[in-house]
Amino acid sequence: MDHARRPGAHLRVVAVNGERGFRRRLLEMGLVPGVEFKVISIAPLGDPWQIEVRGGRWSLRRAEAEQLVVVDVT
Amino acid sequence: MTTPGSPAAARKQVVLVGNPNVGKTTLFNALTGSSAKVSNYPGITVDRRSGLMTAGDGVIELHDVPGTYSLNARSADEQIAFDAIVGVNGAPVPDVVVVCLDATQLARSAYLLLQCQELGARCVVALTMVDEAAIVPDAAAVAAAFQCEVVPVTARTRLGLAELRAAIERTLATERTAIWRWSPAAHQRANLDAARAAIPDAWRAPQRYAAPLPAADDALALWALTCVEDDDELELPASLRVLVRARTVTAADDDDAVLGRWNFLDREVPRLLAAARALADVDARNRVRERTTQIDRFLLGRKTGFLAFLVVMGVMFLALFMWADPVIDAIDKGFKGLGGLLRDLLGAGLLTDFLVDGVIGGVGSVLVFLPQILLLFLFLGFLEDCGYLARVAYLMDRVMRSMNLHGRAFVPMLSGFACAVPAIMATRTQERRRDRILTMMVVPLMTCSARLPVYTLLIGALIPGSRATQAMLMVAMYLFSTLTALVAAWVMSRSVKPLRAKRLPFFIELPPYRWPRMRDVLRMMWSKSSMFLREAGTVILACSIALWALLNFPRELPAGSKDYAALIAKADGPDKATLEAEHAAKKLEYSYGGRLGHAIEPLIRPLGFDWKIGVGIVGAFAAREVFVSTLGIVYAESDADENSESLREKLRGARTADGKRAYSPLVALSLMVFFALAMQCMSTLAIVRRETGSWRWPAFLFTYMTTLAYLASLAVFQIGTLLGFG
Repeated sequence: MDHARRPGAHLRVVAVNGERGFRRRLLEMGLVPGVEFKVISIAPLGDPWQIEVRGGRWSLRRAEAEQLVVVDVT
Repeated sequence: MTTPGSPAAARKQVVLVGNPNVGKTTLFNALTGSSAKVSNYPGITVDRRSGLMTAGDGVIELHDVPGTYSLNARSADEQIAFDAIVGVNGAPVPDVVVVCLDATQLARSAYLLLQCQELGARCVVALTMVDEAAIVPDAAAVAAAFQCEVVPVTARTRLGLAELRAAIERTLATERTAIWRWSPAAHQRANLDAARAAIPDAWRAPQRYAAPLPAADDALALWALTCVEDDDELELPASLRVLVRARTVTAADDDDAVLGRWNFLDREVPRLLAAARALADVDARNRVRERTTQIDRFLLGRKTGFLAFLVVMGVMFLALFMWADPVIDAIDKGFKGLGGLLRDLLGAGLLTDFLVDGVIGGVGSVLVFLPQILLLFLFLGFLEDCGYLARVAYLMDRVMRSMNLHGRAFVPMLSGFACAVPAIMATRTQERRRDRILTMMVVPLMTCSARLPVYTLLIGALIPGSRATQAMLMVAMYLFSTLTALVAAWVMSRSVKPLRAKRLPFFIELPPYRWPRMRDVLRMMWSKSSMFLREAGTVILACSIALWALLNFPRELPAGSKDYAALIAKADGPDKATLEAEHAAKKLEYSYGGRLGHAIEPLIRPLGFDWKIGVGIVGAFAAREVFVSTLGIVYAESDADENSESLREKLRGARTADGKRAYSPLVALSLMVFFALAMQCMSTLAIVRRETGSWRWPAFLFTYMTTLAYLASLAVFQIGTLLGFG
């Protein structure tokens, strides 16, 4: 999802990949297929990102975000 | 504890659960008032808070559990929430579970509610943050959707508390049901049945709820199937673990449950929000949320972010270093004065020495930690509650992660520059036990303030060169310790099995900025500090007394030595003081601690140390700065401190038997490296034992640090000698 790596982007989750425990954690937090989220900002050191999903703001590492298959719906 | 035989006789048990940052603690404090008690879960450092509250005519015991997003546990905190809701692993079976739902994030916080209901808990919803949400759903509609009572509360203004009590009381009388909003796929059935068969009787609904509830047992089976993994930290019956490990559970099975719940939530919650009445002050509410965005633009900004970060951390660091200092000095002086008073009152003697140097000195050595602990937890509580602590982790994650540390390990490591004891207590902000322990293992490597007097003495006395060179060396010691700590974390996270772990997603919430409630902050600060006094303090006191005995017994010099008492009685003026100092030095040399210093001399010779430094190292175990005063006694300098010029002269002038300088700059460097790395602080060991619940980790900490120190000093001295710096 590197093309969408910019603050302000609206993205929709299509699928969540990754190892089981890791994946379940993201799903349980509500990052399920179909949900939309917004990239708010990128930390000064370039990683992680701040995203807004389901009314809450979260920190998500770039490598972890790469486990999300997304489409840009900005 | 509620036992199946006598449920009516026992007090009703209510558990308060919810996501982090939903105002659960404030609600707990408001409901229980001053009756709240903080104790600890055995073996781990999560506070167990419980208190009494009234509901109707009865008194109910309310338990607060750590905030969690899901019951699919991985960390110790999540396990505690699970145990408390289900009523296993020693927790009483709750009669009612109060679930806090965040009105600003309704769907996400309701995920936990669904899990509780699947397990057969009688749930009551406390709808929090209604004063912040831009859309507040109708409580009756939420209640209908989630099939339980829903009460909007604002704990700060005590709004809704009476209604919540009444709802709890009504729910106590209801029949238990296990409510599932989805049905397991057909392919899941075989796994579920097998796992359910492996659940021990004590965990089954008939035992816990005194009524059969097959769906609740299914929920437990599902929990085991989704949670058990190679590196989980869970406590569950071995039979269940063995069974789950033998079955094939795939990501598709996880989806079945997780997406099943989300399907329900994504169907119901938007409907509830759409039906909500418009709020009159919706613009003001939106502005409040907009404020967080604006503050973040500054505090997390590309240029301003680190500047703000440095200022906040700098103030905290200076506070620990400087604001605490006068209080620490006052405590020190106060106890010295008290000791002097007692000495005058009782006269000389063994009992006086024991009371003054052993007991009062020991209590003093516990209390000197208090100012820093209070200050650190005041800062931590404030930063956590206002929302900045999560952002510290966000800012520092990149750096900390490369050493396999959690972003939240930054604050404890920084605090380690002041003192390892409060710093180790501050590791509690990390949720996973493995992360906490890894941080505890490296925090004592940071240059704490107790090492400063030692460095000051050694640099001042033995390192030639200008003040600037000396200052550079001091800075180098700080860099050395920080680098060592980071590398040690990296190495241990790869080599020490319990510290190895898969990376968890760094998916942490950055809550909206809120003004902290000082009452909650102060309450937490006090509970942490009193816990330190109660539990670590007693160990530190015992060790201080033991060390006092080690350095003060036997009391008499061996037969045939000079009769100092008679000589001192005859002498006067400066002669008398010299004799007294010499007497003290002889007594220390002859004490068990002194003999220990002699005994380890062959061992520390290769590092460049003699027996006098050996005695200093033994004494430094009480606290590193004691090295200076112990060395002072050995060199017959009463009341020496690190700036004492005469002690420096003596160190410079010390000669070995063959007339060479006993302490070359190389010895000083070797000794500083030793002090940087060695585990010589019993208070740190006591607090690590307290925080990990076993002696295993302090023993490991002591062994690895002291070995490392020995080898590093050996390398410095031997290589330095070879290169001709000896």
